[in-house]
Amino acid sequence: MTTAHELPVPLLSVRGLSVSYAAPRKGTHLGTGAALAEADLDVRPGEIVGIVGETGSGKTTLARATVGLVAPAAGTIAFAGSDVGGLRGRARRAFRRSGQVQLVFQDPLRSLDPDLTIGEIVREPLDIAGTLSRAERQERVVESLRLVGLDPDAVLARHPRQLSGGQRQRASLARAISTRPRLLFCDEPVSALDVSNRNLVLNLLDQLRRDLDLAVVIIAHDLSSLAGIADRVAVFYRGRIVEQGPIRDVLEDPAHPYTALLTASAPSIGDEDRLRPDQLKPAPDAPAWPADLGCGFAHRCPFVHDACADQPRPAPLPHAPARQAACHVATTWRERLAPPHPHKESA
Amino acid sequence: MSSQPENTLRVNDLQVSVADGLVAVQDVSFAIRRGESVGLVGESGSGKTLTCRAVLGLLPATGRVDAGRIVLGDGADEVELTGARRSTWDRVRAARVGAVFQDPASYLNPSLTVGHQLAEQLRIKTGLSRRAAHERSVELFAEVGLHDPAGVFHQYPHQLSGGMLQRVLIAIAVSCEPELLIADEATTALDVVIQAEILALLRRLRETHGLSLLLVTHDLAVVAESCDRILVMYGGQVVESGPTEEVLRNPQHPYTRALMGVATIGSWHRRRLDVIPGQPPAAGEDMPGCRFAPRCAQASASCTAGPVPVADLGAGRTSRCVLTTATTATTATTATTGQKVPA
Ligand SMILES: Nc1ncnc2c1ncn2[C@@H]1O[C@H](COP(=O)(O)OP(=O)(O)OP(=O)(O)O)[C@@H](O)[C@H]1O
Ligand SMILES: Nc1ncnc2c1ncn2[C@@H]1O[C@H](COP(=O)(O)OP(=O)(O)OP(=O)(O)O)[C@@H](O)[C@H]1O
Ligand SMILES: [Mg+2]
Ligand SMILES: [Mg+2]
Repeated sequence: MTTAHELPVPLLSVRGLSVSYAAPRKGTHLGTGAALAEADLDVRPGEIVGIVGETGSGKTTLARATVGLVAPAAGTIAFAGSDVGGLRGRARRAFRRSGQVQLVFQDPLRSLDPDLTIGEIVREPLDIAGTLSRAERQERVVESLRLVGLDPDAVLARHPRQLSGGQRQRASLARAISTRPRLLFCDEPVSALDVSNRNLVLNLLDQLRRDLDLAVVIIAHDLSSLAGIADRVAVFYRGRIVEQGPIRDVLEDPAHPYTALLTASAPSIGDEDRLRPDQLKPAPDAPAWPADLGCGFAHRCPFVHDACADQPRPAPLPHAPARQAACHVATTWRERLAPPHPHKESA
Repeated sequence: MSSQPENTLRVNDLQVSVADGLVAVQDVSFAIRRGESVGLVGESGSGKTLTCRAVLGLLPATGRVDAGRIVLGDGADEVELTGARRSTWDRVRAARVGAVFQDPASYLNPSLTVGHQLAEQLRIKTGLSRRAAHERSVELFAEVGLHDPAGVFHQYPHQLSGGMLQRVLIAIAVSCEPELLIADEATTALDVVIQAEILALLRRLRETHGLSLLLVTHDLAVVAESCDRILVMYGGQVVESGPTEEVLRNPQHPYTRALMGVATIGSWHRRRLDVIPGQPPAAGEDMPGCRFAPRCAQASASCTAGPVPVADLGAGRTSRCVLTTATTATTATTATTGQKVPA
């Protein structure tokens, strides 16, 4: 029931994407499972999609696969209608050099070349793309730094280690936007920023998608920063997208029990009547469920039952077709919710 | 000693420069009591990380402590860390002070497995046997919520996600049961479920081991939930401090107020993304008087006439503002509502 005439064609369309890293040495059981399994995700021009989820659930892996840093084991990645997931060698390099897709890495200290100055770092993608004159490039560098709230005079000649964490994070964003990409993947772009600078960066992303029709994917753990800006959100758990949909609906009325646990666990100051984490965890005396059987969340889920031995597929919610969840009880678990624990009676 | 709660850390008039004459932290004083948790918040670039690094003797190559004192412990256990020798640091780091930093990957050796790094530290600092250190390491990895802790033991840093690395660092930091843990954005790369578990773990360590905590974070909701006191930094100085609840409910310094004004504090109902107008001073920028004055709506000539001292507001609260200085004697509420500049 998607209204095709309203929605622009996706700029990025990921289907059935799976990624596995090589098995680590020393016969450990890690590396055998996929870091990302059967992920479907669309991002349209001018749209901001948030990604939240468990640590180690494959969020960065999706970003890395999209920009061609890791090859998919299965599935397709279509950018502007052409498959880029299958690109190899020269074609892959050419696509990356074009600067159409930029990734802002999660850990700026690891990803920024320590021997370059901030000025050189921000200019590098422009040099590689090679479309602007020298003067234009320098101008773009200064402009990009200003946009992210950094004082060009103060930071241009410094090295990454000579900046604070939040300054570094903004420098890597400046680098990514300098080429005016069509798709921007930001892996935790605001995690090291105070609220004011966080909002400045989020406003900047919002403005870029409006002015340049930029498509943006923001990976974040801070639900409140995403709530202020994203249109849709995808929730990752153990290598799978367990839920996606319009952000407000997902955060306020989660369909997957993991999403519910996530929203219930977000730190808050004296919050009203939201669910509490212990209502969404199995009772201490509940029979143990094997961790690797069926749904990856089953062993932590208070609503686990026989059907959960089958990995649930993402399916549209009957009452909200724009939303998807991969849970056998997506629409019914609320009815089985344990009442809040008695110590917080207030009626 | 008396029944007075002992101090785990005392920092007095600390000044740190990052290059010749570039003073990035100035006049910073605070103390952390045994079992107490102190939140350090403030604008990006305000000197939070440098303050932590000074306490750990891990300033960048060009950085140094120009002035001030840093004292760990009280009474018989007291150690002066300012200008401490290498041998002192070797006894203090890990064993008495643990640290988790921003950018976890840069604090681990990329060519050794993470388990090896933790087990080595346990062997050296606590004298465990090889096997016991291995077992304890796996236990610690489980305590910080890593799935398959035995498998993680054998992994190299590049094979772990950002949040997994951060948990490895937390495990390493608490492994030798230090009295003080310095956590610089230690939970920012974690999902909120695990963040809540880590914060609960730290709370437990505070209760059972009297662990003291210096928690640097941008998340005011985290501070509200898990810190007894809060320090607010701006432009290299502590501009406000006090019991968390009081400060968040009734901030006194205009920067704290501005920060609270733009904060969402864990609410996703709020849609506006407000910013504090203007730019913070560059590190080392020479400014007479208040460093927030150029961005402050209530600024007057008296703000920049000379250095603004820290005003003691009573009840454990301080503020570095000419307005609060002027109203020290009166009640707190007049200062908040006193939007006018004193004549
Ligand atoms: N280079 C690698 N080699 C082997 N395994 C890897 C590698 N990179 C990631 N992994 C594994 O893949 C899984 C997914 O990692 P990924 O970095 O995508 O997680 P994430 O969702 O971004 O987590 P976080 O929120 O902690 O950053 C993890 O289990 C991780 O250990
Ligand atoms: N090695 C260095 N050389 C020069 N300047 C530095 C160096 N390290 C830090 N600075 C500067 O000192 C100031 C304080 O840095 P610090 O890292 O303490 O900030 P912070 O409060 O931790 O910020 P964030 O929240 O962004 O991590 C910043 O303006 C930074 O640019
Ligand atoms: Mg990641
Ligand atoms: Mg910092």
